[in-house]
Amino acid sequence: MGFISILSIFVMACFVGYYVVWSVTPALHTPLMAVTNAISSVIIVGALIASSAAVGGSEISKWLGLLAVVLASINIFGGFAVTRRMLAMYKKKDKKPVTAAAK
Amino acid sequence: MEHAVAATPAWAELLYLVAGVLFILSLRGLSSPESSQRGNQYGMVGMAIAVVTTLIVHPVGLPLIIAAIAIGGSIGWFIAQKIKMTAMPELVAGFHSLVGLAAVLVGASAFLNPDAFGIVDGVTGLIHPVSRIELGLGVAIGAITFSGSIIAFLKLSGRMSGSPILLPGRHVINLGLLAGIIGLIAYFVTDQAEWIFWTVMVLAFIIGFLLIVPIGGADMPVVISMLNSYSGWAAAAMGFTLQNTAMIITGALVGSSGAILSYIMCKAMNRSFISVIAGGFGAESDAGGAKAGGVAKAYKAGSAEDAAFIMKNAESVIIIPGYGMAVSQAQHALREMGDLLRKEGVSVKYAIHPVAGRMPGHMNVLLAEANVPYDEVFELEDINGEFAQADVAFVIGANDVTNPAAKTDKTSPIYGMPVLDVEKAKTVLFIKRSMGGVGYAGVDNEVFYMDNTMMLLADAKKMVENIVKALAH
Repeated sequence: MGFISILSIFVMACFVGYYVVWSVTPALHTPLMAVTNAISSVIIVGALIASSAAVGGSEISKWLGLLAVVLASINIFGGFAVTRRMLAMYKKKDKKPVTAAAK
Repeated sequence: MEHAVAATPAWAELLYLVAGVLFILSLRGLSSPESSQRGNQYGMVGMAIAVVTTLIVHPVGLPLIIAAIAIGGSIGWFIAQKIKMTAMPELVAGFHSLVGLAAVLVGASAFLNPDAFGIVDGVTGLIHPVSRIELGLGVAIGAITFSGSIIAFLKLSGRMSGSPILLPGRHVINLGLLAGIIGLIAYFVTDQAEWIFWTVMVLAFIIGFLLIVPIGGADMPVVISMLNSYSGWAAAAMGFTLQNTAMIITGALVGSSGAILSYIMCKAMNRSFISVIAGGFGAESDAGGAKAGGVAKAYKAGSAEDAAFIMKNAESVIIIPGYGMAVSQAQHALREMGDLLRKEGVSVKYAIHPVAGRMPGHMNVLLAEANVPYDEVFELEDINGEFAQADVAFVIGANDVTNPAAKTDKTSPIYGMPVLDVEKAKTVLFIKRSMGGVGYAGVDNEVFYMDNTMMLLADAKKMVENIVKALAH
């Protein structure tokens, strides 16, 4: 892929991002931050390539990659899990409000 | 074949594209709470596709990788289960710092072993000039994200004072550093010297630290959104280096998401992004307008029983939560109060200012945690017209976002900020720890001294619990 075609994907994705994010309801802005956090850890792809660098690569480079894999994994699992936990709390009025928690 | 990354098989490219599309759908799901869980699942599937594709295409030492993912994954999973909802802002800041650091590590690794990333020019044996720019930018943005998020984390978790710390001449220093980073990256294109790469990294770490240190607690919603955005741009820059569609799409999504959130937050405070980043808001030197202190003005104080009596006899109550509710963890007691009032036939609604709390949507999450249905929670524009008909405005832990000076007093530092019109309600009940402190903007609030205001001076949670007791009688 040439630089220009990559740039095109990037610019288009910025526009997609712009419209998608404006459609997010303000009540879900905190989960939005948590989930964007999780998906920006797609940088793990770079980390995996770095740690796979077996041939001719320096050892340091490989270990830096592995460390990055650990960090990105914290984010991926932590981000998606905490988003799920938050989203599970958003409930509609339909059922009777929980009365169990009296005092 | 001088460009090894271009040799990624077509099916793998296609799968990266699928992952990117799934990430778009995952944000799309957040347009409503009903579709949000599905959106989150799209995100997980997208991530799994991206990881597995990479593992298949690149020859990896699987045991080590699996160990690394298992270690990181279980730490992340554990944190996600244990974290308190009130600690969400510092958790998000902490997660941002990890993305930043991961970007720096990947950048450093690519610089040390460019062959593995396929960014070596076959003729010169050096890194492609374009890739050098991408690497430099990626590492710089990653480093700023890392050190900035660490400071934000320390401030949000209370390990570091939330008030702005001002260095003399900080604007000159910051601009100098920024110019230095850009200049060095430009020079890096002509000369692939190691010292340039590492200097860029170090300068970026320093500027991230210096940028966030002078920013006060009330501006944290902007900061945290901005860092969110940076973590996206860092991922995008690395995506350019690796020519990876999934990373580029994600980076663009996250980058624009954070940028839009920063914009929304700035608008909700009527401040320019530049002035937030310049920092210092809420510092002693900054507070113009009606400063508290000096002449003690008269106010009415009331007890929990008074408040319970007033609300019991009201027809409609609007509750305005703020950061103070989060600090004292009053959301559960508050929901109980709401339930009791509803039993008495009182209509109860919640009004959320966009910058209430320490991050976008902070109050909504806490109320959801306390089982408040989300259709009883309203945004500023949707509810502001209702205060005039409301019997009671119940302010808990909020201050600046209710200050009418923002509408009338041109000398006030918060002039022009959209505020909740609580003073229009028949009665205002205002929970505040003491009359001493002023809000983060350092301005006094005339609502305290109005005839129809009753100040409830106590810790927010204790006060609400006492009101609940009084209501239950």
